[in-house]
Order: sequence, then C-alpha cells, then structure tokens
Amino acid sequence: MIRHIVAKTAEIPAGTHRIVDVSGRQVGVFNVNGEFFALLNRCPHGGAELCKGAVTALVQPSGVGQYAVSRKGEFLRCPWHGWEFEIRSGQSYCDPARIKARKIDVAVERGEELVKGPYVAESYDVTVEDDYVVLSL
Amino acid sequence: MKIPFKGAVDCDLHLSAPRMSALLPYMDEYWSDQFSNRHIDRFAFTMSSDNPILPLQWRPDWKAGADEPGSELDRLRSRALDQFGSSIGIVNVIHGAIALYHGDMAAAILRAVNDWTADKVLSQESRLRGSILVSLQDPALAVAEIERLAGNPGFVQVLLPVIGELTIGRRIYWPVFEAASRAGLPICLHAGSLNRHAPTGVGWPSYYVEDYVSQSAGFEASLVSLLAEGVFQKFPDLTFVLAESGVTWMPSFQWRQDKMWLGVRTELPWIDRMPREIIRERVRLTLQPFDAPPDAAIVERLLDHLGSDEMLLFSTDYPHWHFDGDDVVPDGFPTDLLRKIAIDNPHATYGRLRQGGEATKSLEVTA
Repeated sequence: MIRHIVAKTAEIPAGTHRIVDVSGRQVGVFNVNGEFFALLNRCPHGGAELCKGAVTALVQPSGVGQYAVSRKGEFLRCPWHGWEFEIRSGQSYCDPARIKARKIDVAVERGEELVKGPYVAESYDVTVEDDYVVLSL
Repeated sequence: MKIPFKGAVDCDLHLSAPRMSALLPYMDEYWSDQFSNRHIDRFAFTMSSDNPILPLQWRPDWKAGADEPGSELDRLRSRALDQFGSSIGIVNVIHGAIALYHGDMAAAILRAVNDWTADKVLSQESRLRGSILVSLQDPALAVAEIERLAGNPGFVQVLLPVIGELTIGRRIYWPVFEAASRAGLPICLHAGSLNRHAPTGVGWPSYYVEDYVSQSAGFEASLVSLLAEGVFQKFPDLTFVLAESGVTWMPSFQWRQDKMWLGVRTELPWIDRMPREIIRERVRLTLQPFDAPPDAAIVERLLDHLGSDEMLLFSTDYPHWHFDGDDVVPDGFPTDLLRKIAIDNPHATYGRLRQGGEATKSLEVTA
C-alpha cells in the first residue's frame, strides 16, 4: 500500500469535496464537518462516477407525511439512479450490507512528519508547516 | 386439478345483486318513497363490466336452472360450497350503486344491500360470510356503514372496487381505512371500475376484453398508491385483499417497486424497507382467475417468484367462468401449499374466521 499526498487540508474546507487522480484511479475526498473521508469514484451498482453526485442530508422515516432531515452533508446521491451512500462508511442506505461504495483509507498528517517519507506527492511540495490529506491505496 | 381435501375457505364467491324491489323493504320511508317516486325502483343499476349476461360472468353449467324454481343461494350452496367441500365461503355482492355520484343515495342502497346480505344470505347459510359494500363518494358515510355493521360477525371484510375516482391511498380515504382497521376487517379491492376514468391508462376501449385485461394495471396502480401514500405504515394492522386480480403480474410488480424505491426513496421516507417485504406481509390475492399458462413447471416457478407462501387465498370466483368441471386449482400447486392457501392463509387474513370456531372444525383430508 502506497501513501499518496493528494491535497492540503486547507484546499478542501468543511462541506466540500474534490475528486483526485491517484495513479489513474479517481477518488473523491470529502471533508464532512472537519473529518476527511475518501471513496472510489465508482458506484458499486452501475459504475457511475459516484462522487460527482449531490452531497445530501438523510431523510429518515418519521411518520407518513413527515419529512425529517438530519445529518446534512453526510450522504452522497449517485447521479445515475439516485442510490444514497453514507460518505463515512461507503454503505448504501437501502441495502447497507450488500451494496457498498469502496472506501479508501484517508489520514491527515502534518508536513513535518510527512517529509520523513516515504510518500508519493506528484504535485505537492510538502512543507513542514502545512497539513495534508494522505490516501493509502 | 381438484382440491384434494375438504375444509377450504373460498374467499371469493358471488351472488347477483338483488333487484331494487328486494331492497326497498330494507330502506327507510324516505328512500323507499324516493326510488318509487323517481321511477328508478325497477332500475337494475347493473355495472357494464359486471353484467350477468356476459359469458365470463356465469359459467354455462352453473347458469343452468337459473330460470327454474329454487333460489340462487340454493344453487351456490350445492354447486360451490358442497361441490368443493368448502367449510366457509366469502360472498361478494356487488351493486352498481357504488358508482353513483349521489353520496346519500349510494349509501341508502348499499345499506339495503348489506342488510339484505345479512338477512337473506348470511342468516340462511352458516358457511357463508359477507363483505360490507361501501361507496367512497362520501368517506364519512362509508365509515358510518362500517361502524353500523362492525358488530355483525358475519361480515369479514370491507369491499371496494379497485378502480375508483381518486387513487385509493389518498388521505381523504384514511378514515375508511381507520374504521376498517379498528373493526379488524381487511379491505378487499375487487376487480371493477367506477368508470370515472377509462379503465385503461390510454383511453376508452371498444371491447370488453380490453377492460378485462386492463384490470391488472388497475390493481398495480392502486397498490402502488397504497404504498406511496403510506397507508401500510399508517394502518399497521390493515390487510388488503385483491380479489380477481390475477397473480402473474405480482412478481414483476414487486421487483419494479423495489428498483424504483431505491432511486426515489427520499420522496417517501416513511417507506422504511424494501416494498416487496411490505407487500408480502400486507397484501393477499385470491386464486381465481389464475392467469398463468396451464403448465405445472411454469406455475411452480411463478409461485416461487411471489416470494411468499402466505399471499394467496383460495377462491372459486363462483359463478364466473375461469375453469371447467371441478378443476379449481391450477396444475403445479404442491399439496402443502394448497393447504396453506385454502385454510391457513384465509384464517390468518380474516381474524373473524378465527373467532367463528364452528367452520374451522370440518377439515377432513380425502386425498
């Protein structure tokens, strides 16, 4: 497993995400309320570019005619068929045990630690004073 | 094939709607006078798709003797209950008053139909049970009728045509569902339309065959309405029986429901699991008319695709013409399943049959 530095944390503020290329693989990197998560940009259902779908909240059962919205920004809706995935786990909402988006290990590391290596940072000059998003795959 | 044991519960039998002259004695002074005064006391109120002159509506050998002395009830007794060894028969009397726009008049006729059923049918034959026929033209009147008859254990369900004026799951009808649920009565949606709309989704047909074949689409539309509007969540104890719906559309309907739900779940967040699971728990289908090819292997596969052995309810649909002789069961039904659909499932569906006691004793295996 190789560690890839894909962004400075400051480049992906809370509530935003970015799709990065890691050795030819597309990965969506999400900042959900300050926590970073990463999913392969591929829907396990039909292969759509999952991370290009809308980032949404969860609408949960709470009585007929009731529309209870919670966990804003924690779900991803596939642009093809509308299946919902929890960004944190990659699990689909409707069939969590069977249908899962592939989760990529992600860590935030300080530049002063990273410069000790090893890492792959094709487009980043690592500086000791910044924090970086590091994917392992 | 024949049903190889006695004691079945026949969940859909028919008697012709009584003539107005037979109903007038069951009406109050006002309505009895009004029907005479308006010269509609001889009007048949026959629904075009339920006309007894149509070949499918009356099997020729079951029609024999219709003009001779002896009542229609006597013939039903011997030709349906005795002939098939049924311990119980649920008789559905359908009257065209369900299609009237005049809510009070519809309710007056239907009260009379239901009282006639109690008096001339249920109290004459202990094996028979009835359905409370209501109109949704004025839901409050339907509620009142259900409450009026809820104390009569002879009535085991509430009867509605499957194609009405509005989609059936709408909140305007919820008081009716609530009343049925409170009384422990399933809602039976029976093939038939009020013809407020064309029975097809694409315009008015020319021929009866178009009407008949399109009915299953009406059942699908009503069922998806019940699901989408949240009726199954709102009334967790209410079962829906689809009578004369056919069966073969149900597996693909379940699949389409699930597939679409996955994509548009957030439209109706109250649906908290795969729709097929809800359907299998809460929806029942009567056996006849069974719409699969006469091929046992295909029938077995179809039954497997239904995904549940609890959904089907035995029925002859007497006197409608869907099979010949005594071959009421399509080939391909394993005997164990047949016992379930003929005895266990009806008793599980109709709580009032369990309370009845007497009818459940006569189970007797003959094959």
